[in-house]
Amino acid sequence: MKISPLGDSAITVDFTDESPDRERLLARALSVAETLERANVPGVIDVTSAYESVALFFDPARIERDVEEKIRALVASARIRVSRKRRRIEIPVCYDADFALDLARVEAETNLSAETIIALHSSAEFVVACVGFMPGFPFLAGLPEKLRTTRLATPRTKVPAGSVAIARTQAGVYPVESPGGWNLIGRTPLRLFDPNANPPALLQAGDRVRFRGITRNEFEARVKESSG
Amino acid sequence: MTASVISAGFQTTVQDCGRAGLRKFGVTPGGALDSVSLRLANLLVGNPECVAGLEVTSGRVRLKLNVNRLVAWSGGEFEMRIGDEPIPILHCARVSAGGMIEISPKRGGRAWLAISGGIDVPEILGSRATDLRARFGGWEGRALRDGDLLPLGAESELCPRIRAAIPNVVSDWSAPRFGSRRRFLRVIRGKNWDDDIEAKLLAQKFGVAMNSDRMGLRLEGGEMVSTNPAELVSEAVAPGTIQLPRSGAPVVLLGDCQTIGGYPKIAHVITVDLADAAQLQPLDEVRFELIELEEARDLLRERERDVALFRAGLEVRFG
Repeated sequence: MKISPLGDSAITVDFTDESPDRERLLARALSVAETLERANVPGVIDVTSAYESVALFFDPARIERDVEEKIRALVASARIRVSRKRRRIEIPVCYDADFALDLARVEAETNLSAETIIALHSSAEFVVACVGFMPGFPFLAGLPEKLRTTRLATPRTKVPAGSVAIARTQAGVYPVESPGGWNLIGRTPLRLFDPNANPPALLQAGDRVRFRGITRNEFEARVKESSG
Repeated sequence: MTASVISAGFQTTVQDCGRAGLRKFGVTPGGALDSVSLRLANLLVGNPECVAGLEVTSGRVRLKLNVNRLVAWSGGEFEMRIGDEPIPILHCARVSAGGMIEISPKRGGRAWLAISGGIDVPEILGSRATDLRARFGGWEGRALRDGDLLPLGAESELCPRIRAAIPNVVSDWSAPRFGSRRRFLRVIRGKNWDDDIEAKLLAQKFGVAMNSDRMGLRLEGGEMVSTNPAELVSEAVAPGTIQLPRSGAPVVLLGDCQTIGGYPKIAHVITVDLADAAQLQPLDEVRFELIELEEARDLLRERERDVALFRAGLEVRFG
């Protein structure tokens, strides 16, 4: 465990030196984040995890000296186990050519047919490693090795909301229209971020995710349903 | 109880002190880029300090108040007038129903305007701040446009007492001005700091690039090479974090920054100097100065004490 300041009012607890196993590190980060959140440490206003680390943010007026040592003791004494039952969530995705804007590029890079790419993507189980980049954007670990691709050399200035994407070792879904450089291979009618919902993000770190292929008709019907 | 937006200026947004505790959903804290300026302006008009006000970026902003209100502003080099009467920075001023407020940049940067009662837009995820990137909060999740009609909240019980103490238009008291107003931003070491970074970050002058915004100041003109791998395992970033992408052009993250990032974190602008960072605009020059972590925390605690003292002083006088 390595604790380093993230500016003057936050710290990062990094577990990378504890194991070479990325899955274990993710489980460790999730469990520590949960422990710290439950501990309600005075002065801590935000706790968040990402892959192999946890970050804590402090109320500037209440930040104490040697806060690193206090957190180190708390993390060390915490029982490390993932207590929350991990949710399993299915995301319907339409792989229609109108949505899979980079499928040809992925075919060329992976030497796989479109059918195989879709079959691999919709049969894998992913884990939400963290949520970030955009509100509600899930970074999904567990992409089959054969689907590894490079990012677009020039990112798109506008990626439509709901775009299902892959890049390097990861998969993701764009919750709102935004710029982005990942390869788009489909679109989901689900809303991944809704500021008026509680919680606002459909997916949370630690959730298990599978994609299920749907037809264009089903996609349009679900979009109509959720906007109606 | 409304204010009519006659001229919206450029990127004028409704902001408060932002959203806390939502990083795990990818929601950025956001809020006024210099929250101390907004807090002081709010205190001056009798508001709780984190009530929503307006963040003015540049361009001339004109508002017509449709009700009697108190107003105050802080931030960069701007001019504010009520009708023909100039309102100095960090003073409290009375506006009568039908009165026109105008804020225009001299040199510019950003300014924050507080109106007694605050801007009463719906609270979303615990805040009234506008998240421009995800398009929610504030006024319809966007920057203001000409013709918008902003709802105002109810004044606090302090407001009539403050109003009664102002002889004409402007108060004879003011709030202290915080911030160094220098072109040096103080930094502490980041996780990927090294000797090479130290030599280059501290020795050079950087320019602020045109594509800088509320997410970050993109710097240019300096040459930086990181000895770290260009992309690391993504982890949390924060306002003030200086990231070094492969291009070698550092980015100073500001209030609307993303919650996690994968580029080397070479340094962090200290929290008290984010107020100065918020004033930088394209073509400005900026330099960095290294201080120690505990010094940065002392400065932060000191600033919070100063704000608390000012608040206590107002409460003694008007409470």
